[in-house]
Amino acid sequence: MSITTKTIAAIGLGFAMLMSTANAQDVKVGNITIHHPWIKQPIPGAVAAAYATIENTDKEDDTLLKVTVEGVAIAQIHDMKMQGDVMKMDELKDGLAIPAGKTVELKPKSFHIMLINATTSFKAGQEVKGTFTFAKAGAVDINFEVEAGKPEMGGMKMNGMKMN
Amino acid sequence: MANTKSLRMTLWTVVALCAAIFAYAYFAGGAKNLISSDFGAPFKLSATTGGEVDSASLKGAPYGLFFGFTHCPEVCPTTLNDMSVAMKELGEPAKNFHLFFITVDPDRDTQDVMRDYISNFDPRIVGLIPTDNELQKVAHDFHIYYKKVATSDGGYTMDHTATLFLFGADGKLKSTLGYDEDKTEQLAKLKKLLAG
Repeated sequence: MSITTKTIAAIGLGFAMLMSTANAQDVKVGNITIHHPWIKQPIPGAVAAAYATIENTDKEDDTLLKVTVEGVAIAQIHDMKMQGDVMKMDELKDGLAIPAGKTVELKPKSFHIMLINATTSFKAGQEVKGTFTFAKAGAVDINFEVEAGKPEMGGMKMNGMKMN
Repeated sequence: MANTKSLRMTLWTVVALCAAIFAYAYFAGGAKNLISSDFGAPFKLSATTGGEVDSASLKGAPYGLFFGFTHCPEVCPTTLNDMSVAMKELGEPAKNFHLFFITVDPDRDTQDVMRDYISNFDPRIVGLIPTDNELQKVAHDFHIYYKKVATSDGGYTMDHTATLFLFGADGKLKSTLGYDEDKTEQLAKLKKLLAG
């Protein structure tokens, strides 16, 4: 492979990386990486929820303390689980633990960010700004992408991104 | 020594009693759930279609019952959406099938709120709005757990049973759909219900 091809490949890769940051993709803060922040397009009038995959490569535990989403009065971190036939929702008032070396997935039927009193209606394709604040890694700006689709399909596969 | 022995005897008696009570509660409760024909009770509730829905008038076509609330970001819209899709997929046999969505949050789910919400789904899905007293009764009759859970903003969310009950044209419980249940299995159960 000639040097020119390598250079072009490198430039191409650089562009691809730039594109991916601009496209509501991975965001890094300290040793925390946030993959695929997204908001599920709610049915009109219903409550929306936001999701992301959070990876902690640190040797110490961290905690997602606070989330803000533009156009939303209150963004609460919730845990949803099935206990037998009962759907239980708990607000994680002390935040969501992101253990050292672990990846925590916020996804339908599990941890999620409930968006209360939204003044905007989220439409698929729309980008929504927000922030995540971690106890250790600090605050970081996030671009959520609104995705339609059924929760079972999850927009997870859409990006062709590898989740570790 | 005698004291220790009598204490031991007493303790064993307590253990045996507890076991007996537990066994009774377990089997009595379990047996109740197994007799499907006895499940539920008649109801008459205010409906999003106007007027009231009387369970007595439902006989003649199979129907489903599902309890939830409109401020629910997850289980309720997913279930209602899945059911809308399933009903279309089932075609002609599902023509007369109805799904009743009973709110466990009548404080917030007024007639207008429910009507707007329900309009997002298949027209065969009808919202039912009980009063507080009616809710207590219908939830008890259908073994529904519901509980308000306070959130830090002064609001609340609700825990609730997410099982969907399927009744036959004779008004008797035929089967249930669980939230975590496989979609193919759910569809098979619906097909069986509609086939009578």
